[in-house]
Amino acid sequence: MSESTIQIALVLPDLLGTYGDFGNAVVLEKRMTWRGIKAEIVPINYGEPVPDSCDIYVVGGGEDTAQTLAVKHLREHPGLQRAVTKNAVVLGVCAGIQIFGESFTRADNVTHPGMGLIDSTSHAGGSRAIGEVIAEPADGLFAGPLTGFENHQGRTVLGPAARPLAHVKVGTGNDGSVEGAVQGRIVCTYLHGPVLPRNPALADMLIEWATGTKVAPLDLPAVTAMRAERVRAAS
Amino acid sequence: MYRTPVHTNETTARNGHFSTAGSIAGVNDSPARLPLRTAAAVKLGNLSSSLSQKMGLGAGGMIGGRVALKLDPQALNRLTQGRRVAVVTGTNGKTTSTMMLARAVGALGEVATNHSGANMPDGHVTALSKQPDAPYAVLECDEGYFPAVAGASNPAVAMILNLSRDQLDRVGEVRTIERSLRDAITKLQNCTIVANCDDVMVTSAAWNAANVVWVATGTGWHHDSASCPRCGNPIRWQGEHWHCTGCDLARPHPNWITADEAMITPEHQKIELRLTLPGKFNQANAVMAAAAAHAMGVRTEDAVARLRGVSNVSGRYRTIQRNGRSARLLLSKNPAGWSETLTVVKEANHPAVLVINAQEADGRDLSWLWDVPFERLQGRTVIASGERATDLAVRLTYAEVQHTIVPDPLKAIDQMPQGAVEVIANYTAFRDLNARAAADE
Repeated sequence: MSESTIQIALVLPDLLGTYGDFGNAVVLEKRMTWRGIKAEIVPINYGEPVPDSCDIYVVGGGEDTAQTLAVKHLREHPGLQRAVTKNAVVLGVCAGIQIFGESFTRADNVTHPGMGLIDSTSHAGGSRAIGEVIAEPADGLFAGPLTGFENHQGRTVLGPAARPLAHVKVGTGNDGSVEGAVQGRIVCTYLHGPVLPRNPALADMLIEWATGTKVAPLDLPAVTAMRAERVRAAS
Repeated sequence: MYRTPVHTNETTARNGHFSTAGSIAGVNDSPARLPLRTAAAVKLGNLSSSLSQKMGLGAGGMIGGRVALKLDPQALNRLTQGRRVAVVTGTNGKTTSTMMLARAVGALGEVATNHSGANMPDGHVTALSKQPDAPYAVLECDEGYFPAVAGASNPAVAMILNLSRDQLDRVGEVRTIERSLRDAITKLQNCTIVANCDDVMVTSAAWNAANVVWVATGTGWHHDSASCPRCGNPIRWQGEHWHCTGCDLARPHPNWITADEAMITPEHQKIELRLTLPGKFNQANAVMAAAAAHAMGVRTEDAVARLRGVSNVSGRYRTIQRNGRSARLLLSKNPAGWSETLTVVKEANHPAVLVINAQEADGRDLSWLWDVPFERLQGRTVIASGERATDLAVRLTYAEVQHTIVPDPLKAIDQMPQGAVEVIANYTAFRDLNARAAADE
């Protein structure tokens, strides 16, 4: 067990908290504390500097204006980028996958620079992708299926340095074929639900990366039942 | 003039007590005569409503209007001509404050008003068709339809309650709604906007209106307004005051103020509210309704006396008796609503049944459950219920709230200890539970 407290940075929840993605931080914290690993959530609000000392960074989804402001703030206060060079674990959801990339282009055709953490570019798709998603984790990264709810206009193309998080069975994801991205210890996904309550194996993978230790299974009957229900509903 | 031969039970019950006497300057005793096409459309629409009811297909709240609008797309415009109209919109509290305002405006004369759920143009046309002679109309309006409805009905008053995240997969993002309201409000002529100045989004929507009455409601969901909807810079809060750090948007000086269980009028008169409905949120609804009623021409004392009597809004807040359990039914549809309701149920530590569905009308995406502070229910007896009880159970698990799962809400009530039970349900869950409870009575 880890001696020190694992710090989970909740990045700009006031800007990127539109879709309940705060729940991802809660799930990481609870799944650690229930196993005797000390963990705490550190909210980083808009206007505050971004520390580079946290172990896990969780970035949520947000509306267009909020997303533009968030990327501006994160470029002015590059704590997250420094943390990545120090091997921090990062989860980026929805807006996260777009702002972590090299660039993202909106429906108005304006291209905004991203943070350059992921080898990807995003652009506006023809229609908004809304609905349940089922995908199979790539390379057996974690136990599947990956389930979630997507609601996004953007489409994302991965470059050679990034690999997909999963292969889409139902839904759209990045482009109708692959979903999300993994590069080093950065994981991105379009999926809400939020994604970690829906996918405990993904949560535990991030925890194992951050703590450097294998974690014991955690039996939560409600989570098992909900996953089965969601997979049934989407299939 | 055509007069509808069949009043629905719902309309009679809802409107039967409204006074039909009196009128004020500028308002005709009866609305303008309808063109032949609209009159025919209204007649066929009313017939469809009453058929729908008689055949047990529905409450007849929308079908009549849908038929009338098909036959005459201008029906809403024609049916509101010559009437003094108030339109009520916002994310939460629309149905309650519409009912309060309709009651208050009833002091002036007969009021046509739509009922719960039927808050789109077909519902408006149905309501107006059923009361063609009512000189006043109070219309609850879905936020997304506000531009179309306000444009067609030339309202004297538009009441904007609050704007927060709600059914993002269906309604869209809050900022998009704010922008469409802002554009619609700018186009309104001779309309008094009654707006909640404790809500940044509402203030922005009403900021450029020619004639605004600002109401301090003391309620606000701040999680959607960290950044200015106009320029994107951070909003700073200092107590109840707020301002944008980048542009001139700031909390306006309120004309009406919600105080503790009371309100302060523009003339600095303090009036006790003494509402039948519980919670701070309903005090805010009442003060908004009183301010809007004043703009419609109602004396404030009369307005308050009338809206005090509102107790059961389409089944909301009513208590049902089942096998020794006394269950209060509360409706909450989104994080801001749930947050308020959890405050209402906080005082007494009664067992709680939480009912969650995710049908089209609720929004299919339940991510919002994680924006609700369910942690406040720790230590209480809780049952997770509804079609999506397991999603709620996961949320409660991580909130460390002990619970059991009983998908059928009536069975869930029966499994609670005898005595008072709080039942909080989202939209379709509430609608179905309420209908079943009514059928049992």
